[in-house]
Amino acid sequence: MEHQQQGEHAADLLLPCLTLKEKDGVALITFDDKDAKVNTLNSKLTPQFEEVLEYVEKSSTIKALVLISGKKSCFIAGADIAELQAAKNEAEVKKLSQSGQEFFKRLSKLKQPVVAAINGSCLGGGLELALACDYRVATSAGNTVLGLPEVMLGLLPGAGGTQRLPALIGLEKALPMMLTGSNVKAEKAKRIGLVDYVVHPGGLQNKALEVAKALGEGKLKVNRKRKTTATSLLESVKAGKRFILQKALQQVESKTRGLYPAPKGIIEVLNYSVDHPDKGYLKESEVFAKLSQTPESKGLISLYFGQTDLKKNRYGSPEKPAEHLGVLGAGLMGAGIAMISLQKDFHVRLRDIGFDQIANGKKYIWSNLAKRVKRKSLSRFDAQKVMSRLFAQTDYKHFEECDIVIEAVFEDLDLKHRVLKEVEECSREDMIFASNTSALPISDIAKASKRPERVIGMHYFSPVHKMPLLEIIVTDQTTDDVAAAAVNVGIRQGKTVIVVGDGPGFYTTRILAPYMDEVAILAAEGVDFYTLDDAMMDFGYPVGPIALVDEVGIDVGYHVSESLGKAFGKRVSSGDLQILTELVAKGAKGRKSGKGFYLYQKQKKSVLDRFVGKKSSKKPINPEVIELINKMGKKTSKPIDLEDVQKRMYLRMINEAAYCLHDGILKRPLDGDIGAVFGLGFPPFHGGPFRFVDKVGAKKIVDDLKRYEDSLGERFSPAPNLVEMANSGARFYPE
Amino acid sequence: MTDIQPSVDTGSDYDPVIVDGVRTPFMRSHKAYVDLSAYDLGRLALSGLLAKTGLDAQEVEQVSMGTVIHDPLTSNVARECVLGAGFPATVPAYTVALACISSNVAATNLSDMIRLKRIDVGIFGGTDTCSDPPIRISSKLRKAMVKLGNIKKPQDIMKHLSLLQTLRPSDMALDVPKVAEFSNGKSMGEGAEILVQQTGVTREESDSFAERSHSLAVKAASEGIFKDDLVPVQVPPKFVTISQDDGPRADTTMEKLAKLRPAFDKKFGVATAGSSSFLTDGASAVLMMSRKKAKELGYAPKAVVRDYVYNAGDALSEMLSGPALTIPLLLEKNKLSVEDIDVWEIHEAFACQVLANLKYLKDDQYARERLGLEKAVGEVPLEKVNVWGGSLSIGHPFGATGGRLLWTAARRLQQEGGRYAVVSGCAAGGHGSAILLENPDA
Repeated sequence: MEHQQQGEHAADLLLPCLTLKEKDGVALITFDDKDAKVNTLNSKLTPQFEEVLEYVEKSSTIKALVLISGKKSCFIAGADIAELQAAKNEAEVKKLSQSGQEFFKRLSKLKQPVVAAINGSCLGGGLELALACDYRVATSAGNTVLGLPEVMLGLLPGAGGTQRLPALIGLEKALPMMLTGSNVKAEKAKRIGLVDYVVHPGGLQNKALEVAKALGEGKLKVNRKRKTTATSLLESVKAGKRFILQKALQQVESKTRGLYPAPKGIIEVLNYSVDHPDKGYLKESEVFAKLSQTPESKGLISLYFGQTDLKKNRYGSPEKPAEHLGVLGAGLMGAGIAMISLQKDFHVRLRDIGFDQIANGKKYIWSNLAKRVKRKSLSRFDAQKVMSRLFAQTDYKHFEECDIVIEAVFEDLDLKHRVLKEVEECSREDMIFASNTSALPISDIAKASKRPERVIGMHYFSPVHKMPLLEIIVTDQTTDDVAAAAVNVGIRQGKTVIVVGDGPGFYTTRILAPYMDEVAILAAEGVDFYTLDDAMMDFGYPVGPIALVDEVGIDVGYHVSESLGKAFGKRVSSGDLQILTELVAKGAKGRKSGKGFYLYQKQKKSVLDRFVGKKSSKKPINPEVIELINKMGKKTSKPIDLEDVQKRMYLRMINEAAYCLHDGILKRPLDGDIGAVFGLGFPPFHGGPFRFVDKVGAKKIVDDLKRYEDSLGERFSPAPNLVEMANSGARFYPE
Repeated sequence: MTDIQPSVDTGSDYDPVIVDGVRTPFMRSHKAYVDLSAYDLGRLALSGLLAKTGLDAQEVEQVSMGTVIHDPLTSNVARECVLGAGFPATVPAYTVALACISSNVAATNLSDMIRLKRIDVGIFGGTDTCSDPPIRISSKLRKAMVKLGNIKKPQDIMKHLSLLQTLRPSDMALDVPKVAEFSNGKSMGEGAEILVQQTGVTREESDSFAERSHSLAVKAASEGIFKDDLVPVQVPPKFVTISQDDGPRADTTMEKLAKLRPAFDKKFGVATAGSSSFLTDGASAVLMMSRKKAKELGYAPKAVVRDYVYNAGDALSEMLSGPALTIPLLLEKNKLSVEDIDVWEIHEAFACQVLANLKYLKDDQYARERLGLEKAVGEVPLEKVNVWGGSLSIGHPFGATGGRLLWTAARRLQQEGGRYAVVSGCAAGGHGSAILLENPDA
């Protein structure tokens, strides 16, 4: 009885977000920001934390501490980015970083040992807090992840992370975590020494209390002796550390083309710390503050806020969230949609006309799952479960159970009409019909429907499981509840969902078309393909435009150019389609057919190449294209300026994006920015086309466009809203 | 027509009714399913049943599956099949083993649970593969290896050596499971020949029954009778679609069968490779509900499980006499005569074994002396027996066959409009099973 009463006693310290309960010499500190879904280190939580520290410092009875979150799936998700953004200048940011460092230093200097009990996301500042503790217990739950994602916001871990992480797990393990922002799960964290013990979620608090008590009483000594390896020996001397960092810098340079300052900043801090171990923290906050002021960081942070915003369904909760999905067509898109849906526990019926088609779809899903099984990010059993749950069929049996049917059949209006009619015959009246078309107007597809108000566009990007964007297209007839249900499906599939209006090419395809048009013109002018790809990758696109056409498919590109050309005229498709038609006629349809602008034959690496780790050189250019270009005789002898190449390409995309906003296809610039970055690879650090205009200034953009309009033609004629903004000095986003 | 009294009367709401069934195509062992385990086949059948019926797996309260060749990796294979098929973890599942009538046991277990109001929805079936039998090392070597594993200290090396010295070359031989009786070491084929010796089935009768089985199965397949029941299987990495059984042979003729040599009794034997069921891989799954629940969920009952009998005899002389040991008791108990039964589905282990059982069924002396009944069941009309082929032609994945027989009988009741069906089989150990189904619409 007595024992029980002790356990039930009220908190010894009760703050809005924090409670402290002392028992048997161990203080259990639970933090829970009840006003938010996740805990963040912000101006609300931090002072309360400091109050707790003060209490602990003064206590004579507390022998050890446990830090645990009151949230179900979050330890601490990181520092509050909005507060960081509110800081006016570099000096203020530096102060923020230093106060974070001070607070963690105070925590680490406590005379009592501190145990971090981690369940759910433990990211950024959350991990830095855990690193400042003496012992880390993490749960084996699937959503327990540890990581330092600051680099993805163009920043670095600014509260001691760059110092404490390498000290704990070594440079070799710490560098990838800091430079890529990748998360690790509990088991791996244990392997690399980031956490000391992994426990089943149900036992976290008990185990943490037990460990804390033992540490407090001196019965448990922490021994983190790492195995001696070649790298650990290398890391044990200054020169070795410098060597590792130099290698890392080389990798960063080649991967980011020098466009991202944050990874370089991280290496700068680490390099400095090698020679000035006592000034590492100071350097960290200096570089953190410097990075926070870069346009790259500002662009990435705006994207982060945009993505967070889009996690909310702007249409609210649908009346009846979809559970059963039908997918028509087992090609790459259909199979991809089925796969990601099954993995998020939707029930899926995949229909195609024959078992051969179904077999190909299954094969595609299986090969993707098998890759994950090989990487150990999925168990073989769970992969089999996904395969078992896929109901593939050649008829429409039980389609009446489907809440939403997504068609991914060939891009042909008659065919889409046919499957729409077929599926309406055997489905419920409240079924939603979604088309995964990339260019056909949804209202045209809806013409065949008995219930056009339940027809919507869901444009996924290939490969579906890798591309984060879903573009949802609503027509004038689509009801809000249908839109709510479709957005709900997309969010649950793990997609970043933008909603756009209906029209030829919607948004993403429509702004891609002029970009591709310009690349065809530049190619015809005789600009080398590698130069074109390099120019745009130097601007920040992850893939060059020539490689992108091959990826999308030259036949698809032709279809899109032709139909959008009809709708929008020369502004979108002015180029000669001859080069595309002739290539398709020759069977060069892009990567899928083995040749496009480039050749995609499998190159055999010689044994020697493999031994020296030689990277395969650039893809060879398809000689048929060169022949075609020579025949067309549009080559110019003028030397081409690289900046001109970049500008001609991106300006056409940006200008069309502005038109989309002007025409009401886009409701707001945010959707346009997110769509261009996550669907088309627009340089993320520019924050998207609209952010880019704001950054450069509408006037400068319009001037450039007008200059090209004069020299190259009406396709560069600036959008009316851009011209207006250039005159008024207005922006797309408030400053 | 006689009225029957089911042994437990809980009202027709709790009649166990069979509503739907599927199976993977049955394939000869070491062929198309060589890379699949019994677990794989079972989960394919279960997910195929969900796909076919549109049933929400959440509704299932019990899954029971039969298996014969137990893979030690999946000792409760039914549970792994349920989990692997993506059913909710809350669906319990257990594996039953009664040799070739394992899934018959699964079915009658569930039928009792439903009648006694324990559950409303269950799935029974079975799964087996002979393509990947669990081959063991000899008992002596096994024990030696366990002991070796327990010796940890390097200084005990001498113990290692002395232990190894006790092993003989013959201990290195592998222990391959045989389709044979543990108690007397006789194979099933030998059991069939013993039955032939007791009943006088001739080689010609046997071949003729085998030919009949193949031609009926070929006919049924060509008429598309199995189409909706077969779950198309696509095996990674090639994903070639398998949508038909590979057992039935259109080229089976009496002439060809007559040329085959006896397989088990080389001198005077009757059973040949052509008139014996072959090693087969496959799985079946059948959905059973209380009549009330079926109505509630909108499923049409195809057959009511009325009653059943299990019996056993001498493991050698009656190894394959299951039908003869059970059918008379089932009919007697339910006051039914041979004329009342419209559909017969009898497991075909061997052609001669079916014929021997049919002979016993019309043998008054056997009925009196072996079963204590006044008279025999009588002549079972062959035109009502296994009219869509049987285990001889379609194949016999041991644990899965009962599921196929029961679902076939239910479908035949519907198609032929008959009232009663009897499903019977024999099993190793001298076991027999007979199940009485009734057409709910007749």
